[in-house]
Amino acid sequence: MLWRNVGDGSRSLWREMDRIRREMDRLVQSSDRFSAPAFPALNVWSNVEGVVVTAEIPGISPDDLDISIMGDTLTLSGSRHPEEISDDVRFHRRERGYGRFTRSLQLPYRVETDQVAATFDKGILRIELPRAEADKPRKVTVKAGGQ
Amino acid sequence: MSEEHKLEVHKEEAETPEGIERTRPGRTYVPRVDIFEDENGFVVLADMPGVAEDSVDITLEKNVLTIHGGVDFQPPQGYDLAHAEYGIGDYHRAFTISNEVDRDSIEATLSDGVLRLVLPRAPEAGTIKIQVQAG
Repeated sequence: MLWRNVGDGSRSLWREMDRIRREMDRLVQSSDRFSAPAFPALNVWSNVEGVVVTAEIPGISPDDLDISIMGDTLTLSGSRHPEEISDDVRFHRRERGYGRFTRSLQLPYRVETDQVAATFDKGILRIELPRAEADKPRKVTVKAGGQ
Repeated sequence: MSEEHKLEVHKEEAETPEGIERTRPGRTYVPRVDIFEDENGFVVLADMPGVAEDSVDITLEKNVLTIHGGVDFQPPQGYDLAHAEYGIGDYHRAFTISNEVDRDSIEATLSDGVLRLVLPRAPEAGTIKIQVQAG
């Protein structure tokens, strides 16, 4: 294209455009703060045999975590306690949150509730939910039709 | 409980200085921290879920304290990621610290994905007056 060969002037314009685009991307990204899901954020892994749900919940004891399943809904709740500190402490930064949380997630299918296993390691919760046997896809064989 | 101390899910990605690329692929996040000070010194608490004790690197160079936590996440085998609300990556953050810190007795512990750094205050340095001698 002709106008791309005009020299340095246009190149810096391209760079400027690029900068604006990146700036816009950044704005769009930071706005996901408002549409962000409730705590804790969940990642869901699935296949036909079951679902694995992981969540980052640092600084919580497994005893303070409650996992329940009702039908095909998984509910996580718990609370993160603030650090016990005396009053004469001066805070420089306070970015970590505390308090109670509840989060429900609809699973893609019903699960075998008595085979659900949860582990909590290094602040990451991992729940394995095998698919209910009755809910698994069944293969239907087509018989050749007799006359 | 005030607004700013609510539990949040937003993970901020660490910025790399312009022109510098990371050698390892993947994302790097800024851990959320609490920093407070009492009569004994400073305490830094950093949320770093997924970081193992042997993959934390804490360095103090001049007066810059750098925290790096490597995350080695193995996705569940045979599963596909169906829905993702958080990204997975290493943690990195640096702070400048003052001379009041006793550099030799900084302690770090990690439990349930939270790093706790204790930076004790240095014993008061005595004031030394230096006499200027006539040349």
